[in-house]
Amino acid sequence: MVELVEETPSTKSIVLDLPGWQGHRAGQHVDVRLTAEDGYQAQRSYSIASAPEERHVVLTVQRLEDGEVSPYLVDVLQPGDELELRGPIGGYFLWESALGGPLLLLAGGSGIVPLRAIARHHAASGSLIPLRLLYSARSLEDVIYRGELERLGATAQIDVDFALTRAWPERWSGHRGRVDAGLLEQTEWSPRPRPLVYVCGPSGFVEFVANALVGLGHEAGRIRTERFGPTG
Amino acid sequence: MSPPVSRGFRGRGRSSIEAARVPPGQYVTSDFPVLSAGPTPSADLEEWSFTVLGAVAEPRSWTWEELRALPGETVTVDIHCVTKWSKLDTVWTGVSVDPLLDGVVTSARYVTAFSDGGYTTNLPLADLRGGKAWIAYGYDGAPLAPEHGGPARLLVPHLYFWKSAKWVRGLELREQDAPGFWEGYGYHDYGDPWREQRYQGD
Repeated sequence: MVELVEETPSTKSIVLDLPGWQGHRAGQHVDVRLTAEDGYQAQRSYSIASAPEERHVVLTVQRLEDGEVSPYLVDVLQPGDELELRGPIGGYFLWESALGGPLLLLAGGSGIVPLRAIARHHAASGSLIPLRLLYSARSLEDVIYRGELERLGATAQIDVDFALTRAWPERWSGHRGRVDAGLLEQTEWSPRPRPLVYVCGPSGFVEFVANALVGLGHEAGRIRTERFGPTG
Repeated sequence: MSPPVSRGFRGRGRSSIEAARVPPGQYVTSDFPVLSAGPTPSADLEEWSFTVLGAVAEPRSWTWEELRALPGETVTVDIHCVTKWSKLDTVWTGVSVDPLLDGVVTSARYVTAFSDGGYTTNLPLADLRGGKAWIAYGYDGAPLAPEHGGPARLLVPHLYFWKSAKWVRGLELREQDAPGFWEGYGYHDYGDPWREQRYQGD
């Protein structure tokens, strides 16, 4: 591990130098395995936050208070430490330009991580495919990669919107409260160009959003989902 | 080569119960996490059927009512997801696969289970016979919730849980094994959690 970046009070990005890394595709994950001195091991999966074009592989990890692996990665791991991982894993929840678009990305909480890899890959590959990202977070302080996403949203073919579910600044002009069908409809292009949709976040968020999109007439086969459980 | 020790990592350790019941690389959760590749399909029970087809002399089919009229079983099993969680003592109600395959004469050795929404998974026919697999429609005394695979899912608890196809609609018997949905993306064709067969090549 070469660098640690604090993204929010509970979230850090772990920058890895991986000799012999075979490369990955945007949206894939890795399995991280920790080994204690007595041989006890614990494994979890984490999404890759970086684009394939980048020199380092980056994982962004949110500390779960009762977690076993995430508190170690966020609070104990230091630059210079070694980390055992396996991957890249996953061949479905990923995007590359051959899959086309337009791209509709819907993130809840730390579900932004693989979608950020997709957005970065989109930018790094100079894609002209229209991309819209709606990111639901508890408050502005909980938004991961905020500055970067705001910059991305200022480019011609990319739109970025935040929905804040618990707290918002006094003059917040974005959505307040949970994502609902009305907000999804607003976020969409009109008329709808058969977008490819990626939904990632906590299970309840993904369940609601994916069902609402089907209700709005999206093709189920063009909606790809990945759920983050409270799994430590 | 032994894995590097993670400096400063102690972990929770495992109780002796966990050590005996939880396969390598898994941890116990009390939640019931949900995993699926796309939206949850909604099923119309009037239109629903369960079909056994493929390398069989005669395809067979059951309506929802016919399936529910078969003798049900309630089983308590441990389940193991490839994303590392295991859940102990889960209680399911459903129909054993054995009566559904009763009297089926086939040279097939493999099965592709298929589901609403297009999901498929492959497994050896032998793993569905002998009281090891069910079509489950109840969980914890209630109808199986859609996000957990309702109205009915395959339940094959001795394999990683992606083999327990949600929203299952039938079994295609096959002479040759063919990868299902996740298997086509690099997950293991068999998926024995005790041998940690997560990915192809394990």
